[in-house]
Amino acid sequence: MTLIAPGSGSPVGDPFDGPTAHAEERGTSLWRGAFARLRRDPFAILGAVIVLTFVIVALAAPLLAPYEPARAQWGNQVTPGSVPGPSAEHLLGLDAFGSDLLTQLIYGARQSLLIGVVSTLIGLSVGATIGLLAGGIGGWIDVLLMRFVDILLSIPSLLLAVSIAAALGRTSTSVMIAIGVAQVPIFARLLRGSLLAQREADYVLAATSLGLRRRRVVMNHMLPNSLGPVIVQATLVLATAIIEVAALSYLGLGEPNPTVAEWGRMLVKSQDRLETSPQLALLPGTLIAVTALGFTLLGEALREALDPKFRR
Amino acid sequence: MLRFVVRRLALTVPVLVGLSILLFLWVRALPGDPARALLGQRATAESVENVTRLYGFDRPLHEQYFTYIGALLQGNFGSSTQTGQPVVELFKNGFPATAELAFCALLFAAVLGIPLGYFAARRHGTPLDNLTVGASLMGVVIPVFFLAYLLKLVFAIGIGPLDFLGVFPTAGRQDARIAATHPTGFYVLDGILTREWDAAWNALKHLVLPAVALGTIPLAIIVRITRAAVLDVTGEDYVRTAEAKGLLQGTISRRHVLRNALLPVVTTVGLQAGLLLSGAVLTETVFARNGLGSTLFNAITLLDYPVLQGFILAIALMYALINLTVDVLYGVIDPRVRVS
Amino acid sequence: MRRTSRSVRAAALLGAVAVALAGCADSDRDNGAGAGGGGGEQSGGTFVFAASSDPVALDPAFASDGETFRVARQIFEGLVGTEPGTADPAPLLAEEWETSDDGLETTFTLREDVQFHDGEPFNAEAVCFNFDRWHNWTGLLQSENITYYYGKIFRGYADTGTGIYESCEAEDEFTATITLNAPFAGFIQAMSLPAFSMQSPAALEEHDADNVQGTEDDVRFSAYATEHPTGTGPFVFESWERGQQVTLARFDDYWGEVAQIDRAIVRTISDGNARRQALQNGEIDGYDLVAPGDLQSLEDAGFQIENRAPFNILYLAMNQAVPELADIRVRQAIAHAIDKDAVISQSLPEGSEVATQFMPDTVAGHTDDVTTYEFDQDRARELLAEAGAENLTLQFNYPTGVSRPYMPTPEETFVAIRSQLEAVGITITPVADQWSPNYLDRVTGSEDHGIHLLGWTGDYNDSDNFVGVFFGKQTDEWGFDNPELFSALEEARGIATREDQTPAYEEINKMIADFVPGVPIAHPVPSLAFAPEVSGYQASPVQDEVWNTVTVSE
Repeated sequence: MTLIAPGSGSPVGDPFDGPTAHAEERGTSLWRGAFARLRRDPFAILGAVIVLTFVIVALAAPLLAPYEPARAQWGNQVTPGSVPGPSAEHLLGLDAFGSDLLTQLIYGARQSLLIGVVSTLIGLSVGATIGLLAGGIGGWIDVLLMRFVDILLSIPSLLLAVSIAAALGRTSTSVMIAIGVAQVPIFARLLRGSLLAQREADYVLAATSLGLRRRRVVMNHMLPNSLGPVIVQATLVLATAIIEVAALSYLGLGEPNPTVAEWGRMLVKSQDRLETSPQLALLPGTLIAVTALGFTLLGEALREALDPKFRR
Repeated sequence: MLRFVVRRLALTVPVLVGLSILLFLWVRALPGDPARALLGQRATAESVENVTRLYGFDRPLHEQYFTYIGALLQGNFGSSTQTGQPVVELFKNGFPATAELAFCALLFAAVLGIPLGYFAARRHGTPLDNLTVGASLMGVVIPVFFLAYLLKLVFAIGIGPLDFLGVFPTAGRQDARIAATHPTGFYVLDGILTREWDAAWNALKHLVLPAVALGTIPLAIIVRITRAAVLDVTGEDYVRTAEAKGLLQGTISRRHVLRNALLPVVTTVGLQAGLLLSGAVLTETVFARNGLGSTLFNAITLLDYPVLQGFILAIALMYALINLTVDVLYGVIDPRVRVS
Repeated sequence: MRRTSRSVRAAALLGAVAVALAGCADSDRDNGAGAGGGGGEQSGGTFVFAASSDPVALDPAFASDGETFRVARQIFEGLVGTEPGTADPAPLLAEEWETSDDGLETTFTLREDVQFHDGEPFNAEAVCFNFDRWHNWTGLLQSENITYYYGKIFRGYADTGTGIYESCEAEDEFTATITLNAPFAGFIQAMSLPAFSMQSPAALEEHDADNVQGTEDDVRFSAYATEHPTGTGPFVFESWERGQQVTLARFDDYWGEVAQIDRAIVRTISDGNARRQALQNGEIDGYDLVAPGDLQSLEDAGFQIENRAPFNILYLAMNQAVPELADIRVRQAIAHAIDKDAVISQSLPEGSEVATQFMPDTVAGHTDDVTTYEFDQDRARELLAEAGAENLTLQFNYPTGVSRPYMPTPEETFVAIRSQLEAVGITITPVADQWSPNYLDRVTGSEDHGIHLLGWTGDYNDSDNFVGVFFGKQTDEWGFDNPELFSALEEARGIATREDQTPAYEEINKMIADFVPGVPIAHPVPSLAFAPEVSGYQASPVQDEVWNTVTVSE
């Protein structure tokens, strides 16, 4: 789902129709300047803190969680109308199926990180390849590839994800692939746009006139200059992925184990208990929102930091 | 100008053709028999045989494709496996409700978002700027079905001490007990046209919460784009000159900045159609509104492949038309785009 | 501050609009538009009921889904009805009936004061018109997905030569005799099904009811089914906004108790939570299939809960095509591993009964004399060891995106049973599928499944309608071949009277319990919820619920 980035070359907020060209002249000061600005931006710090906490919790889940996830070990304490709340053995109480809620939430971070990273990587690698080929080679390959991207874009992302998940079957991998494929057009357009913008730059003309092969120019010079926007986009896409998984769970897609520790799944399952045991839905829902917010803030702050147009 | 339009059209057609090929292959790529997929739970050994013959699933692929395209061009997008209703009819029936909702959502987003974006831009660099942008992001980072549910809880049913806030309805497009006539299918409009003011007002009330829930998605984008556009323009020399010359801040804002900032907002409306539809699938279901979104939701949960196929194609067509219109409008306004 | 920034003005405007909207919050309980029609005894008003899905078509002869039947029950009636609150047959359009000794001829004496909604009289001729209409269906209309009930009960049509229906004679204006060519003890009960409602011959002809167009994949029902369903019931069809609601109006010339309400509206709300919230907010007056978790909170909030006597069965089936499951010791072990009380407390409505056999206790043939498998984990492990299946791994299939009266929360039931099976050392591989078509296809139409959850709500009070449906012949669902059981069921189905059938079915139930093809788990209690202003709703275990007794007070 294209949340924030228009990705269509809208003339406003387009991060790559100017700065990167200047950047080359000043070497790495773009990055140094960016980090300096980021340090001063409280929301960038907030985003970074959230992201860091999320990643640490996700990676250290087995160490942090008091119990095993997704096993519904205390299922006999749960009834359709009530769920035990916080107690000495269970700091946050149980979840709707009878697993320890705190454990589920911690492992949920891990699952979200996994899904987010995998789907972003899929979108990034496939999209970037398409974009590079289109932008680097040009000609009819460009036309063909970009029409394919247009086709993907003409299907609303949710439907695209649903179609792919339907074709691949009900596993959590198919969900990751589905979300990843929906992100391909964004990265494709990004890379292609970046390449096209730089094609006219002086340094490229200089390099090619010096006799450097086009591929070397692309790989060794133009690509690193596109890194900034790609990182920005990747963080935004990760935020999207975390939310999209919840939406797909609402539609009934996702892995076959209902007790799985995954925030989106937990949220959907507990919505009807919102009035009796609100924590079951509010906790995963808040975590989804906060995590997505963290990534988005970080991404947006990075975008602004890298774009000298916003310097004042 | 004409060349521009023709060129844009020429780019759209291959996309639609490509999409039809993809959808054609998709049904055949699904696990199981494509005939069963098209029949759903109405499949019996005999009906599967009939459908296989009818659709020619046993004939070579390219032959099948031409039959499929032939049917499409005749307006036959297939029929629902659940009700047997033609997909075209389902689309026609669901369109008004979703169009109403999308319009109100965008209205909400624009009415709230443009001032907010302007406000944030004028206070760029201060915490207020960040706070505004952060707040507008809330709608995007909270999954829309959850937000819809929370809105219902607080503003329709009412919780505990905040019970007085529960004034809106939770479900449907209009109260079931109101016997209203619907000549156009757009309930608010219908109420106005037939002078049934009760009905129109009632339909409007049913739109508020869903529009707010759905509107939080474009809200974030509009805030951001307005803010960026305003920052862009206020950084321009001509504005600084005007300021230096002592023109009132208000005059500058009204005449130059806002007008230039509105442009990108309008152009992104077309892009947001896809987002709005995805959001509508979830919002319409939570609010029990009978539109394209809830039809799609049922099609997804019941795996009604003809509906999914047909709707995706119809939506892509609609989307292409919207984008084309927006691009043409933009081309009319900004000559630079026409040349590129 | 001289300038009022645009944003402040906009905010003020929004605030004003919000206040205006709040202030204009008119009551959601608008009174129905129509004033009391005949006489002044009718209390009037509109009854709004929420359905989980839109009807498919309004001709009940072509339907097999509960929501279509719910609407059809208001518009149509059959020869036979049910005793209120039970599944037992009672007179309806037929005042009495008599079956010949050989069980082949049944003579119905009809009511004489009944009119169809279009003014046509109801008589023996109309009865025979309906029976012959069904019998003479050809082609597309014979397919199972369109005329499921006729095919199942009568087993054939005029041109197939396999049906049990022979003929219908209108002896005089209000006496009709139906002749079968094979005895069928459940015939009277079957006639209470909505699929066998009496429809107006004039209307059927005028609107070309059997003109079902298109092909298997593209069935287009005629205008009769979508615009002119004409029956004898207490409500007349008024309008159908597809996907949204069906509106019915009171039939003032109804032969029985004329409806109290002016109008009944069946509104489609597919999301379960949205239905509950619509009730809580006063937008609807009632809905069906209350989620087990909502029962207490709705009652506490002052809503009325109406329980139906359970007429269903929830079971765990075991596919004997899987080699390990073909060993009876493994099946017995699984039976011993399941704690049915725990399954009920964790996933089913309070008050649901534990099941010991594949039919509820109101059905003939139910006996307490069957082998039961007590919850005994040690015994389970023993049996598994005996069978050499200590490290058994099983595929466990369950459906998603569905809530049935017999299986309100499939996921919770799945989790409860899975934990119990894992506790005795069985490893479970979960396999989830969307209810329709994938899950049903997989568990009833293929061999590719292990143990799965399914169930059944009885259509009418007939033993064959339960165990005959499940175990009457070899199927992909159960994967076994047990000729003794099949022939016992075949024989029992053909026994002419209820009294003679009972011992036969008792034996069958004992046989099934010993064979353990699956584990009958519970008879869940399906419930309805109503607003406090509603009274007079008569719940029925087979959902024969007509709303002419319902009142909605202010």
